[in-house]
Amino acid sequence: MSNIDRSRRNFLKTGGALALGSTLPIGLVELAFAEPAQNFSFAYISDAHIQHIKGNRFVRNWDMGLKRAVAEVNLLTPKPDFVMFGGDLAQLGSKPELDHGAEMLSALQLPVKYVMGEHDYYLDLGAYWEQLFGPQYYSFEHKGVHFIVLNSIRTYDDWTYHRWPSAEQRMLEMASLDNPNGSPFMVGDEQRVWLKADLAKVDKTTPIVVFSHSPLQKIYKGWNFWTEDAEQIQALLKPFKKVSVIYGHVHQIQYNQIGNISFNSVMATAWPWPYPASYAQAEQYLPKLTVPMNRADPFFERDATGWQFINVGSGNVDLNFTLYDNRDRVVRFDTLKKQPQDRDYQAESARIDPQRHY
Amino acid sequence: MNTVKPWMPLLIVCALTGLTCPAAADEFNAEDQQRWQQQFMASVQQGRALWTDPAMGSNGVVCAQCHPNAANTHPETYPKFQKQLGRVAPLWEMINWCLRNPLEGQPLAADDPKMIAIQAYVTYERRGVKLEPGKH
Repeated sequence: MSNIDRSRRNFLKTGGALALGSTLPIGLVELAFAEPAQNFSFAYISDAHIQHIKGNRFVRNWDMGLKRAVAEVNLLTPKPDFVMFGGDLAQLGSKPELDHGAEMLSALQLPVKYVMGEHDYYLDLGAYWEQLFGPQYYSFEHKGVHFIVLNSIRTYDDWTYHRWPSAEQRMLEMASLDNPNGSPFMVGDEQRVWLKADLAKVDKTTPIVVFSHSPLQKIYKGWNFWTEDAEQIQALLKPFKKVSVIYGHVHQIQYNQIGNISFNSVMATAWPWPYPASYAQAEQYLPKLTVPMNRADPFFERDATGWQFINVGSGNVDLNFTLYDNRDRVVRFDTLKKQPQDRDYQAESARIDPQRHY
Repeated sequence: MNTVKPWMPLLIVCALTGLTCPAAADEFNAEDQQRWQQQFMASVQQGRALWTDPAMGSNGVVCAQCHPNAANTHPETYPKFQKQLGRVAPLWEMINWCLRNPLEGQPLAADDPKMIAIQAYVTYERRGVKLEPGKH
C-alpha cells in the first residue's frame, strides 16, 4: 500500500465512510464527506533547473524530471487542490528556459502557484518571471489556512547592483554553490515590512504555511543552504499556533522544528544534492531531526529526485515523498512531540545502510 | 655497527674528489617539499577549474552542479565494487561515467592531465577523511 493510500485510509476513517470508500472513486468520497477546512492536499514540484543548450535544445535529463512530475500530478486521485512550484524553474534565468519550463508546467490540469528561486531571479531580477507567473511575494487563503509566498533569495544591494560587469555574470556567480563570490540569501527589509502587515490581519489560531525557496533557517552557509535574516522572519511567525515553512533549494529531504515553526524541504526534479556532512571540511548546522535520504544511485538518473504530496488536514503539514525506484518516505508532524518525525527512520536503529553512506 | 654499505666507497670517492654526488632517495629538503606541494596544488586548482567548466561536457552541465565542493565523490573509497558496472572500478572510470552521462561529453584517458587534475581536486577536498577503500 502506498503512502498516499495510507493517508487516504485515515481520511476515510475520520469521514466515517470506510464502507463506501471501497466502492466509490476517492475524489467523490472527498467531495461528499470532507469538511473543507479539515482535509485538503496539494502537490509540490520544485527545482526543475531547465537548462538551455542552444536553439530548441535543453538538457534532456532535467527536462525529463519535470515532465514526469507533471504527468504524475495529473494522474493523482484524489486530485490535489493546487500545485506549488517551489522555485528554480530555470537554470540561468533566460527567456528560453523560463518559457520552456512554463510550457511544460502548462500541461498541469490544476491551478499552479509559484515561488521565486535564485536561478529564476538573478539575470533580470525577476522581470520576465513576473510577466509569466505574477508577483514575487504574496499571500492567499485556502480552506482555513493562510498561505504566504516569499522571495527569500534576495541579497545585499551592493552585491546585486554594483558588483558585476553584466547581468549574466551576476547570474553565473549566484547559480553555483560553494562559490566564494556568492552572497547569502535573505528576505530583506521590504518584504519583512510587508510580511508583518500581512500577518497582522491573521488570527493567531489560523494555521500558517510559508513557502520560500531558501530554508528560512541556517543550515550550511557554504552552499547557501541559508537565509541571513532567518531569525527575524521566525520572530514574526512566533505568535501563531501552527506554523509551517516549506522550502525547496536543497534538493534533499530535510525537516526541523524551531520553536513553534516546523520546517520541511521538498525534493528536486533535476538532480539530488549530497548533505553538507559529506563535505568533510565544513562547519554546518544540519537539523538534528533530519534523517538523510538514501544515497543516490548515480547510474539511475531519477534517483533521489521526486515530488511530494502534502497534507495540511490538521493545520500542520505531513509530507509523503515519492522516491523513484526507492522506498517512499513519510515525514509527519508528531502532535505529542510537537515536531516533524520521519515515520520509518527516526530511530537510529531503524535506519538502513544507504542512509548512513553518503 | 661495522657493516659496510655498498655505496660507501662511492661516497668516499665523492668526498675526496669534490664531485657532486647524486642524493640518496630519502634525502630531500624544505625546498623540494615546497616544489612538490606547488605542483600538487597547481593540479588541484586546475581540477577545481575543470569542476566548474561547462566545456567538459556538451550541454552546459558541470561537475559542481551535483557535487559542490566535490561532495559525495568518496575518492578515499576507490577502487571499489560498483554494482552497476559489476566489477571493482577505479575513480577515473566513475568520473568518465559522469562525463558521458550527465555532462554528455567525451571520456578522458586515465593518464590525461585533466583526469589527473580532477582526481587531485576531489582527493584534496576529502583531506582528513579516513581512507576506507572498498567501503561503499
